[in-house]
Amino acid sequence: MSPAPRSTPIEVLLVEDNPDDAALALRALRQAKLRNRVHLATTGVEALAFLRREGSHAAAPRPDLILLDLNLPLKDGREVLAEIKRDDGLRQIPLVVVTGSQVDEDVAQSYRLHANAYVQKPIDPKRFLEVVNSIGEFWLEIVKLP
Amino acid sequence: MPSGVPIEILLVEDNPGDVRLTREALRDARVRNNLHLAADGVEALAFLRRQGKHSQARLPDLILLDLNLPKKGGREVLEEIKQDEALRHIPVVILTTSQAEQDILASYRLRANAYVTKPVDLEQFLKVVQSIEHFWLEIVKLSRI
Repeated sequence: MSPAPRSTPIEVLLVEDNPDDAALALRALRQAKLRNRVHLATTGVEALAFLRREGSHAAAPRPDLILLDLNLPLKDGREVLAEIKRDDGLRQIPLVVVTGSQVDEDVAQSYRLHANAYVQKPIDPKRFLEVVNSIGEFWLEIVKLP
Repeated sequence: MPSGVPIEILLVEDNPGDVRLTREALRDARVRNNLHLAADGVEALAFLRRQGKHSQARLPDLILLDLNLPKKGGREVLEEIKQDEALRHIPVVILTTSQAEQDILASYRLRANAYVTKPVDLEQFLKVVQSIEHFWLEIVKLSRI
């Protein structure tokens, strides 16, 4: 089941403003079987600057996978999602929405904006870890990334 | 997590062996699901658009799509689904034997939600379908309109 071995680690961009959630996600991804490197952006503006290699992000790698929270400061996650999926240079990057939002409309809207998957953050930290583990397993071990 | 309502899955696959294996893997799933089969691209779109004998079809919550299909190829089916306002919210997981970089990239650019290659080994194939089931039926929140 293991994908073709890659010499470079999988680059993951985590867009998350909540330090606790970011720490948990980092912990879960560190446990993943496949070598990966997580980059953290804490606002929507920073996420897009990273993806477009602007300013201090001039040397940023192109991520293989994006995990995106919806409720973000400076620029909302929904807007970040729309911009990524409209951008010809970025839209092929799989993007998983990972959010605390319980609003049903966010689910439909995210899929319409071409989120690759929508995952609700469980409130229980242990369950949250399991969920990020599952995201890691599926996207790093099962899926073929572009 | 999903309610008691079963998740409707549309499998678009022309290989009977792969259909049987996928069915088997999904039968043991923890989440109740109904598997509908379309054996070619034309039938898949007729099902999704409730045409002809599919007039009573329910819109699926998830689509598993092979790329190499008779009548209308999987790429074209993917493109039509993702251009259709009424269908594009449905996650499409490509499940194919093709490992070609160009197929992977083209599929993501056409808005495939995920691209998974079919292992040749039977046991591995079952495991992959179970992983798809676990992630999409138990972890993901689907848009059930």
